[in-house]
Amino acid sequence: MLTTSRRGVRAVALSTVFMGGLAAFAAAAQPQAEVLHYWTSGGEAKAAAALKADFEANGGKWTDNAVAGGAGDAAMTVLRSRVLSGDPPAAAQIKGPNIQDWAKQGALGNLNKVAAAENWDKVLPPQITSIMKYNGNYVAAPVNIHRIDWFWANPAVLAKVGATAAPKTWDEFNALADKLKAAGITPLAHGGQAWQDATIFETVVMGLNGAAFFKKAFVDLDDATLRSADMNKVFDQMRKIRGFVDKDFPGREWNAATQMVMNGTAAMQIMGDWAKGEFLAAGKVPGKDFLCTPVPTQGGYLMNVDSFAMFNVKGDDKLAGQLLLAKLIVGEKFQETFNVYKGSIPARLGVSMDKFDSCATKSAEDLKSSIAAGTLMPSMAHEMATSGAVRGAILDVITQHFNSSMTSADAAKKLADGVKLAK
Amino acid sequence: MQSSLRSSLSRLVVAPTFLLVLVFVYGFILWTAYVSFTGSKMLPSYEWVGIDSYVRLWQYERWHVAITNLFIFGSLFIAICLALGCLLAVMLDQKIRIEGTLRTIYLYPMALSFIVTGTAWKWLLNPGTGVQAFVRDLGFPEFTFDWLINEQFAVYTLVIAAVWQSSGFVMALFLAALRGVDQEIIKAAYLDGASLPRIYWGIVIPSIRPVFLSAIVILAHLAVKSFDLVVALTGGGPGFASDLPANFMYEMAFRRNQINIGAASAMMMLCTVMAIIVPYLYSELRGAKRG
Repeated sequence: MLTTSRRGVRAVALSTVFMGGLAAFAAAAQPQAEVLHYWTSGGEAKAAAALKADFEANGGKWTDNAVAGGAGDAAMTVLRSRVLSGDPPAAAQIKGPNIQDWAKQGALGNLNKVAAAENWDKVLPPQITSIMKYNGNYVAAPVNIHRIDWFWANPAVLAKVGATAAPKTWDEFNALADKLKAAGITPLAHGGQAWQDATIFETVVMGLNGAAFFKKAFVDLDDATLRSADMNKVFDQMRKIRGFVDKDFPGREWNAATQMVMNGTAAMQIMGDWAKGEFLAAGKVPGKDFLCTPVPTQGGYLMNVDSFAMFNVKGDDKLAGQLLLAKLIVGEKFQETFNVYKGSIPARLGVSMDKFDSCATKSAEDLKSSIAAGTLMPSMAHEMATSGAVRGAILDVITQHFNSSMTSADAAKKLADGVKLAK
Repeated sequence: MQSSLRSSLSRLVVAPTFLLVLVFVYGFILWTAYVSFTGSKMLPSYEWVGIDSYVRLWQYERWHVAITNLFIFGSLFIAICLALGCLLAVMLDQKIRIEGTLRTIYLYPMALSFIVTGTAWKWLLNPGTGVQAFVRDLGFPEFTFDWLINEQFAVYTLVIAAVWQSSGFVMALFLAALRGVDQEIIKAAYLDGASLPRIYWGIVIPSIRPVFLSAIVILAHLAVKSFDLVVALTGGGPGFASDLPANFMYEMAFRRNQINIGAASAMMMLCTVMAIIVPYLYSELRGAKRG
């Protein structure tokens, strides 16, 4: 505590001296930004520190406001009270449709100036700029792209039943899983939490019915699609998958499931690319100790994009800080360093992938092809596709179906009814 | 002069607390009540829309599950705590040697937070690591105790953990009351040849009836408020099979940007508590007036 405050004092003293020198020819104050985020653990904290260092190196004053807990719930509560009391932070870590919700409240600022100067329309994929814009104006800056639809597999375990790679289709998956189960190996490591159930579910939706269906169901929330026979098939596959997880799965954390793949008690896990961090932290080598293979999704790509929304703040120093922050976030240098730490890939196109591992390189390649094919979709499970209310209603049905003996037809009906109620 | 100063001083001392309670408890109860009649989503709005959020609340299957669970959990929790607490108190009342030590042992769980209780019982009840694994290792491979991961039974694991935590407290309440029972009556009953169980059943327990009422009120509001235990022990799962109303409220208000539905469910919980507390206060106040 003491050292921090002393360092703070020193920083202020230093900056005063510095400012005194500058004041002669620069009337504008030092750019500053208070940043509300929930990157508080391991690689995430390191990644956030990288942004801070970058910001300070460019003459900015960074006020860190990290709120841990509840996967961002706690941070959102803080944000809500700050905005209501008329004192919002300069930037807050918000993603997906929540950006639109905040913009609708008139709480967000405008980044068009920096976006035009930095050519964001060209360097960012259109599927991402549409999330960052409200009424055609940029209100947020994307940080990274996490891919959701990954198999994380243990090749040594797969070899026990004569397989050399993760399955390419869901039929192959079922056949392989049956073989693994017969050999006494848990085919799929899974944690029974609603969002993890939904993570598997959305990859199955893409795999069986394709990206167009996915968009109709979870972006457009089309009632007929949600009730359709194709949706029944997805629930049928989920019922099969339920047979492929071990008995003790309820409540398990995702990283405990990753451990099961690592130590060979389970063969595969379906999880976003943050799972890679667990393997790397244990000193495992991609391609040798573990395999990262896209889940069969008919050439699709499910993305989870972290971003910072910029709030309406007053004062030139704060506005300057916001623009500087936005510029740095989308800048090539930050996109590279940050994403190497975080395990994701740059949201900016054309960043050199030299420093990234093979999984990230594959992710970047698939991203390009899915953009071209129009199969890049926002993740429903990770709150990129719909509002929190609708997502919650969908998750309720998925997890209830997965944890009971509900029929697929009932589940599809409940899904459509739940979405209608929450819309 | 001095007495008037003293009385105004005591008022002065109480005033800030009174004001704080007025604003932060009753003020916000009214605020929540108002918000439950608005269309608030992510941020509170003050546009009146009527009972829409209550209508929607009762359409949520998850809310029905939470309410059913509250009744299962609440009634079992209260009944078992009372029975167990009473039994322990009576046994400790037999002038045994290490009463002080035993009393501390039984009362100790109360000193833990529900988060700690929940986490510890989560390990104990987890079939892979806890009781089931232990008994199977003892040589009973068919033994099954998987309530924690069984959607039909998960709510009963909440009862187990909550009873473990609170029955010692109920015991302490009863023990204090038992010590207050007039020993002369008991001696008289002895001389009349009444057996020990009969003395307890016929004389002692009826004479400590008010303690039952206090215990029920305390336990009932603990049950309605339960939130942390669910978070730590089952996480509401499997699925949302072991959700309680407080968890539903948190989920709606803070995770799903449905502040109006969250407020409506909070008001329903308040009504539940009121239904228990008001008759109790009424009987207490009436009793005080009569005495």
